[in-house]
Amino acid sequence: MTVAALFFYLFSAVMIAAAFMVIAARNPVHSVLFLILAFFNAAGLFLLLGAEFLAMILVVVYVGAVAVLFLFVVMMLDVDFAELRQGFLQYLPIGGTIGAIVLIELVLVLASFTTAPGSIANVTTPLPPGMSNTMALGRVLYTQYVYLFQAAGLVLLTAMIGAIVLTLRHKVAVKRQNVAMQNARTPKEAVELRKVQSRQGI
Amino acid sequence: MLSLTHFLTVAAILFTLGIAGIILNRKNIIVVLMSVELILLSVNINLVAFSSFLGDLTGQIFALFILTVAAAEAAIGLAILVTYYRNRGSIAVEDINLMKG
Repeated sequence: MTVAALFFYLFSAVMIAAAFMVIAARNPVHSVLFLILAFFNAAGLFLLLGAEFLAMILVVVYVGAVAVLFLFVVMMLDVDFAELRQGFLQYLPIGGTIGAIVLIELVLVLASFTTAPGSIANVTTPLPPGMSNTMALGRVLYTQYVYLFQAAGLVLLTAMIGAIVLTLRHKVAVKRQNVAMQNARTPKEAVELRKVQSRQGI
Repeated sequence: MLSLTHFLTVAAILFTLGIAGIILNRKNIIVVLMSVELILLSVNINLVAFSSFLGDLTGQIFALFILTVAAAEAAIGLAILVTYYRNRGSIAVEDINLMKG
């Protein structure tokens, strides 16, 4: 057994065990932590496949952003999670059945699929020899897929605006800056000069 | 030696776990969102495995876009969740019936 195969079995075993614990853990905080473990091992699998850039992006984006977002939300919501676990055993038969059906279908596909001989000849963006994975990806991403790249940026922008709009809350009691009102003020109505007699006051 | 089937099998098991997670944790919508992330991860493994074994970079490009969409989906989903919790004080999926659908 080669080193690559050894690492493949290590990464996949840990990843599948972590994925199982994500759906089976009692505490959602533990679920998020197991999700992070699964992502790290998936990044290891990507490294074995030679996709270094995606492996690093997976760690940065998923572990650094998405999982931390999940962790924030889980810790922010004050929910009785024990109560939410009630239906777990009730749904176990149907969940197990559907899972088994999907797995059997996928295994049937896996057992019978073959790669069409023409598909390898029809590769549109072949891996360039003697170039790092990141460089090769960049050469394709910023030329052939530049419009899709821009569209992905738009998707992220929409998501950002949507998340802010959904969660932003204006408190009534807090005084806020009103820029239009500030700009509308003129010296005439804001400043008043009065002649004050000496020793008298207003 | 490692073959394409090895990686596809791992991705299939991960996909199945994600599907089962959605059904089993019907009450806890946070775990449902995490299960969706697992499903998207398994699809990514499939794409990268095909990309690597067929020698075509397009699969990795697509995996990159799936990563983008997954991040956006998680952000929006969690924002909706937080808003919902503020209004109703609960995140149980069965309580989500405001629209009487």
